[in-house]
Amino acid sequence: MSKQLERWGFVLLATLVALIFTSFVLVLAGASPVAAYWYILKGSLGSWTKISDVMVAWVPLLLATAGLLVTFAAGQWNIGVEGQIVLGAIFTTWVMRSLQHTNTPAAIVLILAFIAGAFGGAIWSAFAGILKVYGGVNEIFGGLGLDFVAVALILWLIFGPWKRPGIGSMSGTEPFPHRLWLPTIHGTRLSLWALAIGLVSIGVVYFLLTGTYFGLKLKAVGRNPKAAYLMGIPTTKYLMGAFIISGIFAGLAGAVQVTAVYHRLIPAISSGYGWLGLMVSMLINFQAAWAAPVTFFFAALNIGSIQLPIMLKLDSSLSGVLQGALVLSFLLLEGARRRWVKRREEAKNE
Amino acid sequence: MKIELRNIHKFFGPVHANNNITLSIPSGSIQGLLGENGAGKSTLMKILSGYLRPDRGEILLDGKPLVLNSPADAIRAGIGMLHQDPLDFPPMKVLDNFMMGYPRGLGLPKREAREALLSLAEQFGFSLDPDAYVDTLTIGERQQLEILRLLWLGAKILIFDEPTTGISAQQKEKLFAALRRLASEGKTIIFVTHKLEEVEVLCDRVAVLRAGKLVGEAYPPYNLDDLVRMMFGKVISKGKRIEIPLGKPVLQVKDLAVEDYRLRIEGVNLEVREGEVIGLAGMEGSGQRHLLRACAGLIRPVGGEIWVDGENMTGKTYHSFLRKGVAYLPADRMKEGLVPGLTLSEHFALAQEQTGFVIDRAAVLKRTEEHIKRFNIRGRPDSTVESLSGGNQQRALLALLRPNLRLILMEHPTRGLDMESAIWVWNTLKERCRQRTAIFFMSSDLEEILHYSDRILVFFGGRVSEPLDARTTTVEQLGQLIGGRGFESQPEAAREVAK
Ligand SMILES: Nc1ncnc2c1ncn2[C@@H]1O[C@H](COP(=O)(O)OP(=O)(O)OP(=O)(O)O)[C@@H](O)[C@H]1O
Ligand SMILES: [Mg+2]
Repeated sequence: MSKQLERWGFVLLATLVALIFTSFVLVLAGASPVAAYWYILKGSLGSWTKISDVMVAWVPLLLATAGLLVTFAAGQWNIGVEGQIVLGAIFTTWVMRSLQHTNTPAAIVLILAFIAGAFGGAIWSAFAGILKVYGGVNEIFGGLGLDFVAVALILWLIFGPWKRPGIGSMSGTEPFPHRLWLPTIHGTRLSLWALAIGLVSIGVVYFLLTGTYFGLKLKAVGRNPKAAYLMGIPTTKYLMGAFIISGIFAGLAGAVQVTAVYHRLIPAISSGYGWLGLMVSMLINFQAAWAAPVTFFFAALNIGSIQLPIMLKLDSSLSGVLQGALVLSFLLLEGARRRWVKRREEAKNE
Repeated sequence: MKIELRNIHKFFGPVHANNNITLSIPSGSIQGLLGENGAGKSTLMKILSGYLRPDRGEILLDGKPLVLNSPADAIRAGIGMLHQDPLDFPPMKVLDNFMMGYPRGLGLPKREAREALLSLAEQFGFSLDPDAYVDTLTIGERQQLEILRLLWLGAKILIFDEPTTGISAQQKEKLFAALRRLASEGKTIIFVTHKLEEVEVLCDRVAVLRAGKLVGEAYPPYNLDDLVRMMFGKVISKGKRIEIPLGKPVLQVKDLAVEDYRLRIEGVNLEVREGEVIGLAGMEGSGQRHLLRACAGLIRPVGGEIWVDGENMTGKTYHSFLRKGVAYLPADRMKEGLVPGLTLSEHFALAQEQTGFVIDRAAVLKRTEEHIKRFNIRGRPDSTVESLSGGNQQRALLALLRPNLRLILMEHPTRGLDMESAIWVWNTLKERCRQRTAIFFMSSDLEEILHYSDRILVFFGGRVSEPLDARTTTVEQLGQLIGGRGFESQPEAAREVAK
């Protein structure tokens, strides 16, 4: 019981430290912290529309985080999620464009589009995996390189082969016909289908990592590949498997962005959810159980801070400051807590 | 310097690893510390060297109380320790490693350090190349380096935690000579072991720990039976050789050749039969490990064939060998055998034949508890493997071997185990032999090889002897062969013929 209490006390303290830090930044920028937090709160949870907007942002973040937790379990820093989301979006768009003027039923088109998206993300992730497993290229470098290639690819498509009639523009490709939009709840931008995909995904990952042999083996490979190999675990297969699964989730995030949110391909289709997912993973210490609430919180911060430029003439990147401060203060305090627990345990026996 | 430990207590959760230990050690002596696996030896020594803090009790140095908050404090007080499982050595040069931790910090006199290293090494008859990389050294050489480093840092009290595991007989001789010399110079040596012979030849006094308590002290001439009784609380002995009738061939090695950049072994011919135990003797790095690894599919032979149960397995992967019932037990427990961060029950879940996709936690827990009991592992199902004592890690590793194997290949199966556990382990291994498993193992313990093998192969610098009959070979003969004597004639001739 007291352990639970302690855990929550710790979370509270770390959050407080992050808030204090961010407030300090706000004061330096000449704004009132109280006002800023109030607008963030109002801007994210102030109305049903806002809440549904938060959920729209929640889904891709949830998917990116779900994938990252799998690669982290295998001890891999899959920095390439951003690129995988982009590739997912590109593959989805490709299917949609190919079928939009045929009389294929919308449901079939969308299903195929999602499958293609998952496939696109998986391929891109598999590249990073192959570079790592067979080429000995550190996955961080491989992932970063592939991110750049993905960005180049999407820009080329939008301004080249897939450009709008007339002239290519940053606003993306020609929108799909209305009948191919993933249905949303009336009056909002939220698609229950997308939400379901996100929640099911994180559930699947949680189950995979905590309840199955697959997850346990992945952990063994991540922590000691030599011993895992001697135990009979095909380490390269598992590493590749982790990359591919992670890529599938990232690709689905891209598919959701295309079919449910933007209804076309835009250059910033990944919206930085990959990076945000990395932050969340670190913040929750790679424990899948915490992923859903924390990604929701981060999504709320993102949506809430959209208000800031208008209301307080602050840049909306403030949410990034707060998110970064949270991760840092958690990591810092976690280190301190470990030392403290150790010392106390030693003291207890005196 | 005189050390006094007074009423030292240390808990790890519910484990009372050190229970009210009081011990005083005069300067200029070699103090032995005996105890079975998990008795609390390493814990006590880590307390004395500042790696752990005692929960209660105090340390006095020359009568003055000493508070140690870190290993650096201990070094400053003149106390240095060589660990049981040597901490990872980064790939740095010998000289840089030697200079690590030198208090003068920056502006370090590199030339001076090199001279100090060379002259110290010469005094002790160690040959260390200051420009070699540490990761190319043998365990024995790393140990020599560490001794010199601690001496240079001004250590007057040196703690050795099971220093003789993993080093060659020659290195052991050199180590003992160095220890005697250090003691005669007035330094205090603490020597942790569970080998009685070592206590007998080396120690001026010995203290025995059992289950965290100091159960007695003894002085030479030692009564070994008394020591055994103190260690284990009862008398134990190795017992007679166990003879097991042999069955059909399991492993056939035909004109095998294996090589790496340092060493080539070739022309190995051997047949291992069900129930048979083959021991590989030789100095560390003479090729035994290559042969074992080749027979497990971990290295690809450059010539010859390996057959398991009548199937040609040459060039197949380790995992195909595994499917044929060949298991491999590495020497380096934490690097190759166990997965740090995972618990005992997670290890048992991984090791067992898997049914289905979802882990049946209750079944795994039950299995783990059974094995913990049967293999007498001091730990709980949810203990992470790195929190186990060295000997208990070894038991865990053995407990993880699957049932019904055809061939078990082992590097140092009882390294780090106390006598009782070693006997027990071999009893379980022989039980497997009765179930028609063949065993192929290497060891630096000649007694172990002679007592438990049916036949013995001796390795010397990549050359392999004809199989010797263990029943008619003596320790002396084996020792000579390992040193290369009697080798020139016989296998060389065989090699000539082979060409
Ligand atoms: N870091 C730790 N966390 C929890 N338990 C520990 C830890 N270190 C040691 N123990 C426990 O304390 C007891 C004593 O361990 P210690 O390593 O001192 O034994 P030892 O006498 O050195 O044994 P061995 O001969 O096997 O090396 C064991 O039961 C061990 O499991
Ligand atoms: Mg020990």
